[in-house]
Amino acid sequence: MTAPVLIEGRAAALRIENLDTDQIMPKQFLRGIDKSGLKEGLLYDLRFDASGQPRPDFVLNREAYAGASILIGGSNFGCGSSREHAVWGLQQFGIRAIVASSYAEIFHSNAMNNRLLLVTLSPEEIARLMDDADDPAANSVTIDIGTQTLRSRSVQASFELLPRHRRMFLEGLDSIGLSLTYQDQIAAFARRHWTCAPWLKDVAATVRARLGNT
Amino acid sequence: MTAKTLYRKLVDSHTVAQLDEHNLLLFCDLHLMNEYTSPQAFAGLYEQQRGVAMPGQNVAVVSHIIPTHPTKFRVIADPPSALQASNLKKNCEHFGIPLFDTNDALQGIEHVVAPEHGMIRPGMVVICGDSHTTTYGALGALGFGIGTTEVEHVLATQTLPYRPAKDMRIRVDGELPLGVSSKDLVLAIIGRIGAQGARGYVVEFCGSAIAALSIEARFTLCNMTVEAGSRGALIAPDQKAIDYVMAHAPDLVTTHREAALEAWRELRSDEGARFDAEHRFDAREIAPHVTWGTSPDQVVAIDGSVPMLQQLPEGPVRSSAQRAMQYTRLTEGSAIEGTPIQHVFIGSCTNGRIEDLRAAASLVRGRRVAAGVRAMVVPGSGAVKAAAEAEGLDRVFVAAGFEWRKPGCSMCLAMNDDVLADGIRCASTTNRNFEGRQGRGAITHLMSPAMAAAAAVTGRITDARKLESLQ
Repeated sequence: MTAPVLIEGRAAALRIENLDTDQIMPKQFLRGIDKSGLKEGLLYDLRFDASGQPRPDFVLNREAYAGASILIGGSNFGCGSSREHAVWGLQQFGIRAIVASSYAEIFHSNAMNNRLLLVTLSPEEIARLMDDADDPAANSVTIDIGTQTLRSRSVQASFELLPRHRRMFLEGLDSIGLSLTYQDQIAAFARRHWTCAPWLKDVAATVRARLGNT
Repeated sequence: MTAKTLYRKLVDSHTVAQLDEHNLLLFCDLHLMNEYTSPQAFAGLYEQQRGVAMPGQNVAVVSHIIPTHPTKFRVIADPPSALQASNLKKNCEHFGIPLFDTNDALQGIEHVVAPEHGMIRPGMVVICGDSHTTTYGALGALGFGIGTTEVEHVLATQTLPYRPAKDMRIRVDGELPLGVSSKDLVLAIIGRIGAQGARGYVVEFCGSAIAALSIEARFTLCNMTVEAGSRGALIAPDQKAIDYVMAHAPDLVTTHREAALEAWRELRSDEGARFDAEHRFDAREIAPHVTWGTSPDQVVAIDGSVPMLQQLPEGPVRSSAQRAMQYTRLTEGSAIEGTPIQHVFIGSCTNGRIEDLRAAASLVRGRRVAAGVRAMVVPGSGAVKAAAEAEGLDRVFVAAGFEWRKPGCSMCLAMNDDVLADGIRCASTTNRNFEGRQGRGAITHLMSPAMAAAAAVTGRITDARKLESLQ
């Protein structure tokens, strides 16, 4: 599976610093054993009022932002809980890229593992992108993963992507499959590791057995 | 040889292979799982027909969705949550993974259960699909949270592709004043460096104030370091840490005691090791802290006030503060002390251990929960609950009008039925005051167990030290 190199679409500005994953995907949507049904939960308290009615003034509920595929966010985007449901929900809602000045670490890994593109730009560029997004008449952002560039009405910027992440987007990457090619090295490592520190071998099973059936 | 930080030593000693310029393959000694961030990972294994590489290095605990009502036998009434629990059991049985199930007497919050039974040992790498895995730094183990895709990766390979973090050192010297806990210290640290002040770093704590902390107090500190954005927290294991591990891991004492002691001596940053960032704090200046906003860094000392917007830098900081004040229904410049509360929650992986319950009980003893306040204690685990009951702490709480509940994550994130209603203001010993975290429209004030107990008996946010002086 290869991802398209271009992401083009409407952008919505979310002027919230430290937007945490509790807000991105509230707890009541974390009860599944699969990844389905998370579209509804995305940014639920921001999108809907206490009676479940859409808040007309929230950006993603406005006609001009229907089908927005890019979010322009505040710094430390995705902080807090490790819940990957936040990333799955963003994608199920139709978000293909987020542009912000920084991301929380676990959210960043989760996004990369699901090929939700995170573009990091300077706070000044983010401010201009948000202003561009505020004008529905000129709201279009183009992100080229191949050239690692982003373009809007008033921003033309290039962004960094680690080679591993670039490969994940452009080629798709079975990360587990790749690590499994190191199986022999992992086994050899574990043997050495447990020779030096035998108290770490089967540590969970050993403790559980000691505690017995409780 | 170049001087190395403790963090680098832990990464180096767990590196299976260098994957590329930035990433290595990290071996994980222990993988903890819960019922809500693991199901899709197991589903991925079935789909790909992959097995679990090393089941004995994995353990699962039902912790987040479990009801905490004081019933003898716990039944999860919510069907999807019940399915999460039964699904976890099924997956653990299928792959031979040890489990602490719903009605296990030792069930509890994963980060309370694992160390109290000696599963966490210095020098380990511990991961879990939960951000508060940084807790284990208190014992010199590198712990960090991961997402569900990575949970699947660890199950299949017992390794993770890993991009090392930068090194930060936070030195705290001096003695914490009486009535000031490691919760206050960590809130003060987050308040100063910010919710992303340690983003990209693993933080090593050192200094005389850290050395003076009990292991449980260190758990609290390392647990909440993630709220400054860090990818890990570490404290070099000292005699106290070693004594804790030996006391909780009898199997280790009988088999490998001397070898382990020898190995753990290396677990400290070398003289002259380089840190990418350093901060210093004076413990003597730390007062009890309480959050006023919706991010853990929106916090003040108990004699402080909600900030004046004009005094905050224009831009995101000010607009976030304004938004937070609207949510928490506080006005700029108002004193935090005296703010009326309607709910008190004592528990969580941050402050649900026996020392936390003792600290709260010592304030509650002989007093009553204020009229109009609902207060609950949710012990961090079955073992904590039993220990508290053996000391009679449950009777202290119940006599004062607290609810004494069964263990679990409970109202920290309100994934079970312990959810607050709109507008309810809660004094909480938890770790996150995010919008809606404890219930839609509910307002969370993070604080220490002593401060939460003081809030319970006075009905408002109170400097616990004033109550103590009455005794």
